Amino acid sequence: MLKQIEGSAAVAQAVALCRPEVVCAYPITPQTHIVEGVGELVKSGELENCEYINVESEFAALSVAIGASAAGARAYTATASQGLLFMAEAVYNASGLGLPIVMTLGNRAIGAPINIWNDHTDAMSMKDAGWIQLFAETNQEAADLHIQAFRLAEELSCPVMVCMDGFILTHAYERVDIPTQEEVDAFLPGYEPVQVLDPADPYSIGAMVGPEAFTEVRYLAHRKQMQALDLIPQIGTIFKDVFGRESGGLLHSYRTEGADTIFVAMGSVNGTIKEVVDAEREAGKSVGSVSICSFRPFPLEELKSALKGAKRVVVVEKSLAPGLGGVLASNVRMALREVPLPVQTVIAGLGGRAITMKGISEVLHAAENGSLSDVTFLGLEQAVIDREIARSAEMRHAGPTAEGILKAIQNRPAAERSKAS
Amino acid sequence: MSEDTALQRVKFYQTGTHTVGNRLMDEDKRSVQSSIDRSNAITSGHRACQGCGEALGARFALDAAMRSCDGNMVAVNATGCLEVFTTPYPETSWQIPWVHSLFGNAPAVATGVAAAMRRKGRAQTKVIAQGGDGGTTDIGFGCLSGMFERNDDVLYICYDNQAYMNTGVQRSSATPPTARTATTPAVGEAPGNVFGTGKNLPLIAMAHNIPYVATATVADLHDLETKVTRAMNMSGSRYIHVLVTCPLGWGSATNHTILLARLAVESGLFPLFEAEDGAVVRTQKIRKKVPVEDYLKLQKRFAHLFKKDREDVDRIAAIQKMADANIDRFNLLGERSAP
Ligand SMILES: Cc1ncc(C[n+]2csc(CCOP(=O)(O)OP(=O)(O)O)c2C)c(N)n1
Ligand code: SF4
Repeated sequence: MLKQIEGSAAVAQAVALCRPEVVCAYPITPQTHIVEGVGELVKSGELENCEYINVESEFAALSVAIGASAAGARAYTATASQGLLFMAEAVYNASGLGLPIVMTLGNRAIGAPINIWNDHTDAMSMKDAGWIQLFAETNQEAADLHIQAFRLAEELSCPVMVCMDGFILTHAYERVDIPTQEEVDAFLPGYEPVQVLDPADPYSIGAMVGPEAFTEVRYLAHRKQMQALDLIPQIGTIFKDVFGRESGGLLHSYRTEGADTIFVAMGSVNGTIKEVVDAEREAGKSVGSVSICSFRPFPLEELKSALKGAKRVVVVEKSLAPGLGGVLASNVRMALREVPLPVQTVIAGLGGRAITMKGISEVLHAAENGSLSDVTFLGLEQAVIDREIARSAEMRHAGPTAEGILKAIQNRPAAERSKAS
Repeated sequence: MSEDTALQRVKFYQTGTHTVGNRLMDEDKRSVQSSIDRSNAITSGHRACQGCGEALGARFALDAAMRSCDGNMVAVNATGCLEVFTTPYPETSWQIPWVHSLFGNAPAVATGVAAAMRRKGRAQTKVIAQGGDGGTTDIGFGCLSGMFERNDDVLYICYDNQAYMNTGVQRSSATPPTARTATTPAVGEAPGNVFGTGKNLPLIAMAHNIPYVATATVADLHDLETKVTRAMNMSGSRYIHVLVTCPLGWGSATNHTILLARLAVESGLFPLFEAEDGAVVRTQKIRKKVPVEDYLKLQKRFAHLFKKDREDVDRIAAIQKMADANIDRFNLLGERSAP
């Protein structure tokens, strides 16, 4: 049923339709509304047969989910940013134990400086934890991905993280088609664990493994991810049969036919990029874009063929690997390792800075005329940087950087301030 | 699990506080350990050190638990000696469903297991979580307090060997004052653990007003079994703190495992009590009070207190004071006192 609904509420309803049996979470902006939503559905009796556990930390939240999943229950939790880092140890543990937990990540920057707004640093910090990581482009996709995530997780016995941009998606009200319980039941069978804590058939789960078998265990985790490359599109097809729409998949290509320049990005920024692609196509430019939905496993082959024929690739990414450059760009280069195609990256939207159509268009033009550098920081205020470098050069200790930058911004002349924005 | 594999030849069994392995004891007075039909949570052949009190304590506690619920239980384990010495892949010593996740999350994992059991219509399946003193009093403390606060239906057993043994004997917040550990070496002006009383987890647990809190040792295995059985017949959060000797970490003789645990009790250093809903309901009186030196002298971790040239009289006196304070607080000499 089409509803004008907040992204978080849409996800909460989608999760509830999946009939989780144990849900636990700890508040952190911008994820909070999702678990509040599920909690209310449980307490009001709308979501039956579900334990909603109020825990004392994110570390406990995922740990409770681990216990519940190992004991055979469908388990769900959600977090963001610092919360994900606080549960980091359990994140690796959940995948190591092969537990099909589904977790929403309301993507948010990681401090210091503390910042509650959207970027992808949190998800990137766990990119190699052995979880499947799916990125939603819209709230419809966010809701749909959760329904697919449970099926994917349980078929593979592997946890799945559904990433959605904080505020931009979680707090946006838009129209979302919320499926019916019948549809979801037709799509998602009950959870049948591969190993379960059962006194009738006792297993030791989580035994200590030495060098003689650890590589094999890790290899099998890798293999699961490779299997997911086939399974994700398959599940997408079944989803389309039941729900009548396409959602998810490994990646979406947009107007890439004959495109010289192709943007690659993840999440909601693809909406803006598509608008730019449309406008620039109108203006006669050959440009397209690819939205990566499955970041882990990374669809190397599919991306390679999606980028075939392009003259250049521009990655727009909301995270930064300090000392290297782009995280997503490194993965894109891996897909293009046999193809002589330049890959440049634009670090954009960190800590919630708006990514505008104008900004993306300027990037496109710079890429076309060869003036885009390998790593570009979109909208970087060079004057502030210069001032801070000069300031800290005069001092023996640099001091707290964030405070210094803030002071520099406040102190600079008004004329310069308006010019920079 | 077939019946046969669950059974092993009897090795030792306790017949009283002071004797082990007397097979002439009346059948009905014997511990379950001497029965051929006994439950068997952990098989032998695991890799604990000789004389390990933790192996002994865990075995008795879990066997008693198994008996009281007919084996219908699940054990959650924190990282630590017990986990490592029982599950070197591809082997496992556990005859019961058992899960290990991390060092600091056993209480939360147990909460999850208990929640799942309720939802799966298997609420009769009992959930036991266990950890060392480090996993319990330090890194897992937040999760444990959360579990208590929610009153989750879990029996948590802490095997207190008074340090981080699995990583090579480092101090925990349950390490007694003056004890030498790898991180509190016996050097400097105050050798060993700097003075303090350690975190008293049984009292902290009581402050959560949970249904049951008890202390026990491997010196009195009947008492341990009784307390486990009592806890198993309750619901909500229950906590049992078991003092377990660690020959490796304490620097004690492997045949002093039981003796040391007993001296800890008889000196007053480790009071035995049970509490229900936040109030002490039973204590075990000391039969024959011993000075703390009797306990300390048998352990290398306190050796620096007894150097020939300069016995550390002040610090020994301070430990004696702690023991006496326990005796007062729990009235351990009471009527049965034998001065
Ligand atoms: C997060 C984390 N930090 C540290 C460790 C290393 N570690 C493993 S076991 C252990 C000590 C265990 O001590 P305790 O809980 O007292 O149990 P014991 O081995 O003494 O029985 C430590 C520090 C770990 N596994 N995880
Ligand atoms: S170090 Fe101590 S607790 Fe660990 S196995 Fe050896 S005796 Fe037992």
